[in-house]
Amino acid sequence: MEILMSVIIGVLTTIGVYLTLRARTFPLVMGLTLMSYAVNLFLFATGRLSIGQPAIITDTASGYTDPLPQALVLTAIVISFAMTAFVIMLSLKAHAELGTDQVDGHRDEENVA
Amino acid sequence: MVSWESRQETAHITEPSRMNLLFVVLIPLMGAGLTAWMSRFGRLWSAWTAGLVALGALGTLSPSMLIAFSGETVIQRWPWIPDLGLDLAFRLDGLGLVFTSMVLGIGLLVILYARYYLSATDCMGRFYAYLLLFMGSMLGVVLAENLILLLVFWELTSLSSFLLISYWRHEEEARNGARMALAVTGLGGLAMLGGFLLLGEIVGSYDLSVILAAGDQVRADPLYTPMLVLILLGAFTKSAQFPFHFWLPHAMSAPTPVSAYLHSATLVKAGIFIMARLFPVLSGTFEWNLLVIGTGLTTLLVGAWIALFKHDLKGLLAYSTISHLGLITLLFGLGTPLAAVAGIFHVINHATFKASLFMAAGIIDHECGTRDMRRINGLWRYMPYTASLAMVAASAMAGVPLFNGFLSKEMFFAETADFFSEHPWGWLLPVAVAFAGIMAVAYSLRFIHDVFFNGDPVNLPRKPHEPPFWMKVPVEILVAICLVVGILPALTVAPLLKVAVTSLLQTPPPEYDLAIWHGFGLPVVMSAVALVGGIVVYAGRQPLFEMANQISGRFGGRAAFDRLLGGLFALARLTTRTLDTGSLQRLILLFLVSALGLGLAGAIGSGSPLTGERGLLTPDGVSIFIALALSLVAVATLLLHRLRLTALIVMGALGLLVSLIFVKFSAPDLALTQLTVEVVTIVLLLLALYVLPPRSPAESTGWQRLRDLTLALLAGGGAGTLTWSILTRPYTPISEYFLTNSVPGGGGHNVVNVILVDFRGFDTLGEISVLALAGLGIYAMLHKLHLPGPTSNPQGRPWNWDRHPAIMAALARLLLPLALLVSVFIFLRGHNQPGGGFIAGLVTAAALIMQYLTNGVEWTHRRLSANMHPLIGVGLLIATGTGLASLAFGYPFLTSTFTHIHWPLLGDFELASAMAFDLGVYLVVVGATLLILVHLGLMHRVSHIPIGTATEGSSWKF
Repeated sequence: MEILMSVIIGVLTTIGVYLTLRARTFPLVMGLTLMSYAVNLFLFATGRLSIGQPAIITDTASGYTDPLPQALVLTAIVISFAMTAFVIMLSLKAHAELGTDQVDGHRDEENVA
Repeated sequence: MVSWESRQETAHITEPSRMNLLFVVLIPLMGAGLTAWMSRFGRLWSAWTAGLVALGALGTLSPSMLIAFSGETVIQRWPWIPDLGLDLAFRLDGLGLVFTSMVLGIGLLVILYARYYLSATDCMGRFYAYLLLFMGSMLGVVLAENLILLLVFWELTSLSSFLLISYWRHEEEARNGARMALAVTGLGGLAMLGGFLLLGEIVGSYDLSVILAAGDQVRADPLYTPMLVLILLGAFTKSAQFPFHFWLPHAMSAPTPVSAYLHSATLVKAGIFIMARLFPVLSGTFEWNLLVIGTGLTTLLVGAWIALFKHDLKGLLAYSTISHLGLITLLFGLGTPLAAVAGIFHVINHATFKASLFMAAGIIDHECGTRDMRRINGLWRYMPYTASLAMVAASAMAGVPLFNGFLSKEMFFAETADFFSEHPWGWLLPVAVAFAGIMAVAYSLRFIHDVFFNGDPVNLPRKPHEPPFWMKVPVEILVAICLVVGILPALTVAPLLKVAVTSLLQTPPPEYDLAIWHGFGLPVVMSAVALVGGIVVYAGRQPLFEMANQISGRFGGRAAFDRLLGGLFALARLTTRTLDTGSLQRLILLFLVSALGLGLAGAIGSGSPLTGERGLLTPDGVSIFIALALSLVAVATLLLHRLRLTALIVMGALGLLVSLIFVKFSAPDLALTQLTVEVVTIVLLLLALYVLPPRSPAESTGWQRLRDLTLALLAGGGAGTLTWSILTRPYTPISEYFLTNSVPGGGGHNVVNVILVDFRGFDTLGEISVLALAGLGIYAMLHKLHLPGPTSNPQGRPWNWDRHPAIMAALARLLLPLALLVSVFIFLRGHNQPGGGFIAGLVTAAALIMQYLTNGVEWTHRRLSANMHPLIGVGLLIATGTGLASLAFGYPFLTSTFTHIHWPLLGDFELASAMAFDLGVYLVVVGATLLILVHLGLMHRVSHIPIGTATEGSSWKF
């Protein structure tokens, strides 16, 4: 199971990084979103993996997973939404004012990279 | 060397209940704001306020002054950050008494003087606000009992003196002078912080009472020398000691009242104060003698030499100040108790005559319109009264008998003559000191003769006359002190001096006599040589001036400072240019490569195995399926990323799969959050995609793609490996506490939610603030932005203008109450079951956004305001208010309480104060999410309707 989790985080990071290296704003935002998935999963994984042991106190539970990383990741998910929203709005504003969605503001005709 | 190891403890009075020393410091600091505000009622209001504030501080201090004057030490303490050993602790003893009296006394005189000095175009409120800010900081320095607290105030004096020196901010000289002063004293403060930390480490406490009693331990410590050097660096930069003295003449571009205050009694004396304060701890070693005597002597000579050749009135005073500071430093460097007596005595005397001289220089500048001594001549005829005052003060500066400067200078001569008397080269010190004395007489003489006599004024901008009455009063008071102390020392200054020296040495000083005539001896000879030599030097000054002109500018650190600053700027520019060429991709690339490099170095350097000993879980079919699906979808996102819409939909699936992972591994709260966030994110990106181009052009070359892919694979491999290493290692979490205390302490069974709203509620409060800020930031960014939306799709077909399909609209309306019910349910059960404010907020937001999508903006706005700011504000207020409420009951911020109540029909129901906090979270999440999405949606509405037909509704605002 642990190997699956590692692979998933690895794959998400790889694709996220590749997309953030693109020259247009939209793929960049998608890449950041994928990376935030990976980061959230990674933070979650620091609490190790356990199945069927949610951190909800009951009399019958056999054990509990570590609730602390979960609490941290919960807010991280919401904050990464705010960050994604901010970055996408920034790219909209850049597009409206520069007339291009190239990350450095180069117009298509002068764009080389 | 005299030793005072047989130290006897001076009496301490600890007054935990009284806090007047804290208020002495706070009154000027707070009064600064009041003074600035009062200036709106008229210029003079701020002057009156500043005077009253300073009087208020003096009045608050006076009861403790009486205690300190009786020889006892007042210590008041208020815990601040006890874990760091940092208390708001203040002490007032004899030494503090001398310095506080100077800060407040001369401060009051300067306030009076400045009211007449400042011209109608200068903003008085700003001036007095800065002045009080400085006064409060300076009082903090001399009253602090804790070293760290002292340093805080020390830095505040640097900052507030920066503001004062740059008061005439339209003048480049003033700005440069202020920046130089800040840079030099700021660097010194940094060094002193290091020194204080070392001292605190050596002694084990930052309290002066403890440190002052641990002198032997400190001097024997191996860290003594670095600590001494660091602390002295701080003191020397502040007190303008060679080679750091160059900032002080440049600070003369400040208004003259500022110079009179900063450079006579306060700022530059702060360094002296540190040497005096730590004298019993630091002095008495070879290193101390070497560093402090060497620096003091050099400064004394250099300052005295340059002062004579300055044509600027204030320049002469500035270098004479440097010279006198060197004199005091030299005295402390000698390290004998009697030298310390002379040092403190000269601190008092210098403050009085130098402040009055600066004020006189200000009057002359004010009346003549220039400070150039080559043009100001023969003022005796125009202002004989001011001239008399200035001549008395200048005589005190020169060390003429019957003036106060003479007494301390005689003691100084006596101490230097005795110090190395056994050493074969010991005569050099008195000779050098006598030379400085000659120069002091010469420049004092120049101040008198050049300005008030020496022919007629040359081409003055104004015709000088006596200043207004009240402008002379501060000078008169100071000059009177010079005279009274000079003639009757035993009746005036002696008791204060004795108390001060006792607290400085931490033991009663040996017998000394403040008489004017001590009988014939070397000091008298030195004084006579200085007086006669000074007159001779001044008479034959012309050849000296020519010589000085040739070597001027070679002395000092100004050039080195400029070179250093220029070099630093060039280095910063070079670094920026190398790293940032204006390409985001290049920056990200650099960032990734360095992160990978550091990560690899750490991984290889640690040498621990990749896999830990923790037992592994066996993969089951569902997990393998999810992992496979997720990998496939991720790769599909990559392959399809240029077709943006398709890639976005695929990415939505990715988010859902991530939430399945949370379900699998016992994190229902996370799964719910991820699910709802995913919906909102995709809607947001879809809205954005409407404006952005639908495809990304293929513009990267094959090589670039290969490079990026390699880097991405390395990064992904690294992340995966790191995850594996963590997952396979056992660990001891701190969560046991949360699991045990969640029900009895927090009143909730859902530990994740209890952590969010209770245990770590402060974090959550910060996080919802960030969310609110992001929402407001987006709102500001979209404000007045026109987004040109396309009218046709890439294939050239026009967008469908058909509004809002009826069936979907009806369904969405039906779903709304259901969805809201669900969110209420999720909210209420959140404390005990998966759910809570974050998730409920997102569900509500999603439900409302659905209305916008299906029914249109106008329809929705007729029913719901688009103004989300009140919602966010109320949410933050509720969350903060819940925290503050616990303060009101005497518990720490955000302590929660809970109770069980019985509701009819629903049964036993638990009510926790944390739920109110969660309500705040809920409101902020709803408000911020809607704020973001609705305003982006509104942009579309504007772009969608052809320009000219768009109507502004009354129910929403852009």
